[in-house]
Amino acid sequence: MDWGQILNNTASFMLSAETIGFMLAALGLSIHFGYAGLLNFGMAGFMAIGAYGYAISILSFGLPWWAAMGVSMLGAIVFAVVLGIPTLRLRADYLAIVTIAAAEIVRLLFQTQLFDRWTNSADGLGGYHASFRAANPLPTGTYGLGPWTYTETGWWARVFGLLLVALAVVLVWLLMRSPWGRVLKGIREDEDAVRSLGKNVFLYKMQALIIGGVLGALGGVVIALPSAVIPQYYLPSLTFFVWTALLLGGAATIFGPVLGSMLYWMLMAFLSGVLPAMAAEGWLPISTTQAGNLRFVVVGVALMLLVAFRPQGILGNKKEMTFVK
Amino acid sequence: MQPTTPHRVRRPARAPLHVLGLLLTTLTLVLFPLLVPAVASAQAPDDQSQVNVEEHDQNIAINVRYDNEPVADVRVVVTGGGYEAEALTNDRGQARVGVPTTDAYEVLIDEESLPEGVTVTGENPLNVEYGSQFFQPANFFLGEGERQTTGLMAQFVERLVNGLNFGLMLALASIGLSLIFGTTGLTNFAHAEMVTFGAVAALALGVFADWPIWIAIIVAVALSGAFGWVVDAGIWRPLRRRGIGLVQLMILTIGLSLAGRYVFQFFIGGGTYQLPGAGGTRHQILGPIRLSTVDMVSMGISLTVLLLVAYWLLRTRTGKATRAVSDNRSLAAASGIDVDAVTRIVWVAGAALAGLSGVLWAYFRPGIKWDMGVQILLLIFAAVVLGGLGTAFGALLGALVIGVLVEVSTLWIPSDIKYVGALGVLIIILLVRPQGILGRRARIG
Repeated sequence: MDWGQILNNTASFMLSAETIGFMLAALGLSIHFGYAGLLNFGMAGFMAIGAYGYAISILSFGLPWWAAMGVSMLGAIVFAVVLGIPTLRLRADYLAIVTIAAAEIVRLLFQTQLFDRWTNSADGLGGYHASFRAANPLPTGTYGLGPWTYTETGWWARVFGLLLVALAVVLVWLLMRSPWGRVLKGIREDEDAVRSLGKNVFLYKMQALIIGGVLGALGGVVIALPSAVIPQYYLPSLTFFVWTALLLGGAATIFGPVLGSMLYWMLMAFLSGVLPAMAAEGWLPISTTQAGNLRFVVVGVALMLLVAFRPQGILGNKKEMTFVK
Repeated sequence: MQPTTPHRVRRPARAPLHVLGLLLTTLTLVLFPLLVPAVASAQAPDDQSQVNVEEHDQNIAINVRYDNEPVADVRVVVTGGGYEAEALTNDRGQARVGVPTTDAYEVLIDEESLPEGVTVTGENPLNVEYGSQFFQPANFFLGEGERQTTGLMAQFVERLVNGLNFGLMLALASIGLSLIFGTTGLTNFAHAEMVTFGAVAALALGVFADWPIWIAIIVAVALSGAFGWVVDAGIWRPLRRRGIGLVQLMILTIGLSLAGRYVFQFFIGGGTYQLPGAGGTRHQILGPIRLSTVDMVSMGISLTVLLLVAYWLLRTRTGKATRAVSDNRSLAAASGIDVDAVTRIVWVAGAALAGLSGVLWAYFRPGIKWDMGVQILLLIFAAVVLGGLGTAFGALLGALVIGVLVEVSTLWIPSDIKYVGALGVLIIILLVRPQGILGRRARIG
């Protein structure tokens, strides 16, 4: 078994585009769930809108990359408003069902043959990279340290993504220590109490849904930046992987989503290296494919154990999670 | 989610009198395993003209030409022995479909995908039988002319019946979900895995262990019930005792759903399996209604079981207790009903019903796959919410409406977004009548 290779790969995933995209999406989800108490199970829909908004704007309408990102964010705002109007008044379990259904509608509409001209249906979109790469300020070449050695295009997508994460972290921190954030937390704890103080609860929830949704869409863009957009990626399970990352780090914390996403992807990379290797060595009586998929069973069980025994996550404070009941 | 009925079966159009030109479709059957990998590897993996070529040793090669000009984008559907696949011809007018066995296959050209004013004048679908030879050519004769389409009414009726079949199957799964919600307040996202469990158990016993399929299905349903008991006793009851909140429990069911799904994948892999007797020819029943024997048996089983459940809920002591607990847990407990016992019964019954619906879903799709339950989970939720969360008869009604809606809506919308309508209904019903059709007005916000 090649431990060096496995650990190298694990460390490398700390800075993969997917990890950075997950950080943004999990930050968005922390606004929804951790601070506003909204049980949004449709994050995959926001991420799909972000990725498709970016790719379609470039491929079909020839927009530059920064304008395409604007389109993605605009798409997320529209989706949040359309989703929020009927659902934000609902009880938690209804909201969960409706958001997951709305995300599926989004995915099916991107996947259908009907809009093949723009979405390329089930095959997805690719080849929209030129504009973003042309804006790369980094010198050409391959550089870095140990497992984190990438080419200049690799670094550009990562640096840009991390920049967005840093901005998002500052934004969430500033928002949550502002009066607006305190009202939001109040809504999370006791909606009726806040309403009796004369606050428009619906409006606050809607604003939270929009801000978190925009972060989710940006996460989708960052994941799509170096690769391609494929509708099958945006299944409801993507939402639940983001949830796992969020709950791992801590739902109502600033750095929890960042730490959680990093740990989640390192764990995934480690398991996808170590389990097949153990099967190949004959330590596990299973095939390497079976061993590779076992990591998702681990994710499911980890999610259950987290929620049952440490719902506040690694960084969280149990007092912040009393609203989960 | 995968479309449940990937193609519309049309009757062959007879040769029109004014045939202006001849379209010759040569259908060549190649049983030449050596040739396949080379051809397959040359194609992009998502090429729609090469379907399941790598998965299976035998394949059917279809060649569509018009006056020696290839015809592209013709939809071809290959069915037989419970297997079904469809392909689109590429710009060389060719398509290749891998088939798992050397049984007889039916090859159907979707006339709607032919160019305007062209029909099949020969036999369509064509039966292709493997002999001992490697090579068997067969010809479709096609010509220009009016297409004889089935009337809208006939199509409507056919899809209505299909939708009822689908709806009855959904109802079996929905009643369990609704009762579990009613008695414990739990929104169980892992219900999808209970559906898959029934199908996988039937697969393990009926195919891998080679039991007679009837016994396998009955044992699989019994095992599903036992599985429900184990899940309740092993996970949910201890957590209820710890006083864990409902939102936490809901997220927990998602973890269980993920883990369960990948455990199924661990055991049966990513492929699709068929139960014996899946597919089969469709008999003309009445007018445009055509059903296979499996369809009819499936509908019969669903109806019988649903009637039994209705009798149980309305007439027996435990059934009445279940409805009482579902209505108001504390009031039922106060009037001396053993709420824990009822909860246990509901878990066992709900899981058994879900398992049965999984077996029927395996025949309806057709095929057993590790994530087959998740494909209909949101339809089950739509049915339950439409009927009224927590009500058994609402779930039945909602399931029938959703099943019919999904199938009939394909008259007007493409079949790859037919679930969108049902999910849209889910959102609209929450806007207009959040308590559902049969639910009583309650606080939902």
